[in-house]
Amino acid sequence: MMEATLDMTTVAKVNTATSGGREEFSHTISGTIGKPYLDGKDAKFFCRDVNVFYSGDKQAIFDVNMDIGRNEVIAMIGPSGCGKSTFLRCMNRMNDTIEGCRVTGDIRLDGEDIHDKEQDPVLLRARVGMVFQKPNPFPKSIYDNVAYGPRLHGLAANRAELDDIVEQSLTKAGLFKEVKDRLQSPGTGLSGGQQQRLCIARTIAVSPEVILMDEPTSALDPIATATIEELIDELRASFTICIVTHSMQQAARISQRTAYFHMGYLVELNDTKTVFTNPQHQLTENYITGRFG
Amino acid sequence: MEDMNTTQHTSQKYNHELEEARSKLMTMGGLVETQVTNAIKALLERDSSLGEKVSFSDYEINSMEVAIDEHCAEIIARRQPAASDLRLLITIIKVITDLERIGDEAEKVGRYAVEMAETPTYGGLHSSLRHLSGHVKTMLSETLDALARLDVEQAMQVVKNDQQVDDEFDSITRQLYTRMLEDPRNIKDSLNVTWCARSLERIGDHCKNICEYVIYLVKGKDVRHTNLDKIRETILGE
Repeated sequence: MMEATLDMTTVAKVNTATSGGREEFSHTISGTIGKPYLDGKDAKFFCRDVNVFYSGDKQAIFDVNMDIGRNEVIAMIGPSGCGKSTFLRCMNRMNDTIEGCRVTGDIRLDGEDIHDKEQDPVLLRARVGMVFQKPNPFPKSIYDNVAYGPRLHGLAANRAELDDIVEQSLTKAGLFKEVKDRLQSPGTGLSGGQQQRLCIARTIAVSPEVILMDEPTSALDPIATATIEELIDELRASFTICIVTHSMQQAARISQRTAYFHMGYLVELNDTKTVFTNPQHQLTENYITGRFG
Repeated sequence: MEDMNTTQHTSQKYNHELEEARSKLMTMGGLVETQVTNAIKALLERDSSLGEKVSFSDYEINSMEVAIDEHCAEIIARRQPAASDLRLLITIIKVITDLERIGDEAEKVGRYAVEMAETPTYGGLHSSLRHLSGHVKTMLSETLDALARLDVEQAMQVVKNDQQVDDEFDSITRQLYTRMLEDPRNIKDSLNVTWCARSLERIGDHCKNICEYVIYLVKGKDVRHTNLDKIRETILGE
């Protein structure tokens, strides 16, 4: 299986020309450079030939192949519109909610096809949780925000168990100490950084296996950002984390591997250290070093 | 990534800052080369006033080292460089340390040149010293050339040539041992010649270091403390 997919390379010529009459540079993307594949046993997510089309034939993602490891933080970077968020949303079928969006290819979570007819997307999203760019707590109390998922999925047999889940989730998200005396206050009354940590607590309350984060700290100040980054590193012990970020420094700080997307192609996926010191593709180099915008 | 073009950043100011770091490095390289050339000339031509001039000019190189370090630290703090830009700055910071040490060795040779200006024979080793000096001068100029043009092949050649310089130094040392054993009155002169040869040999070592950084800068591979075959394998193994 692995050999067969390895041969399926994508060859594309892309243009990195910018406006203003600058010279046009054409680069060839031939498959993905670096280490997109892991030893089959270690892969939590297995993605092969993933293509995404939006309404009509507008293609947003082209033949993406990659494995995502267990207990790994993988960062996805790239210029706006490169498809990194679109790809992230493939992994818990959030693209199903977009009218006219079509995903093809093979995406497996622990070997199970997530597009299988038997697969319940609601259960899938409990296993693959998501944290968004803007903190979006429910207009409910802090307690109810975290308890919402466990109640919905019937994860607690009684109030004591539910209390336990809420406390543990808030503790893991590094928020419990700050809110333990006001669990019944509205979640929307917290600061931005606290709200984002509340959303992370809400995500981990349903014991997911993977957490997808779409620019989780772009609306936060540096201290709240550092807290969340510290938290991501701790959460790695229990979860697999995929994070889309516009901050290259953030990707460099927190991830083990970094994926560089460009115009819908996965150009390079490599150890973060390699990507930031010696990237193998010129397009990655240009983006990382701030050339051509 | 062999594209080291520092002029293509979106931020023109960043281009300018990196270019400035590079040009300061090359200026420092030029200064060091002049110092080495003068020191060798003073030594071989027994020109004590030139030797004195060399030993008093080292401060210029030292202050350039400090200024370049400061400039690079500021770029790192402000820009958080990555990939080839990061390697460029790391290389500059490392290279100027070696250049400064080459300057120190030139200063030493200058000082010995003053002291030895009256020594008639250099223990019969004048031609050996001339030969060693010539090699070291070529190594330094090829090193600066490899650095300016980011020429990996040339850098490899310098790394290779260092062995030759080491061999010549060993040969001079052996001859001086014999001379000292023959007549203890030769010891002072012979030691002075040894120190000079030693300084020249050290300049060769620093050139080798700089060339290894050039390979790191261009290829992203650290080739320090590896033998020539390994280096070639690393470079070709891409």
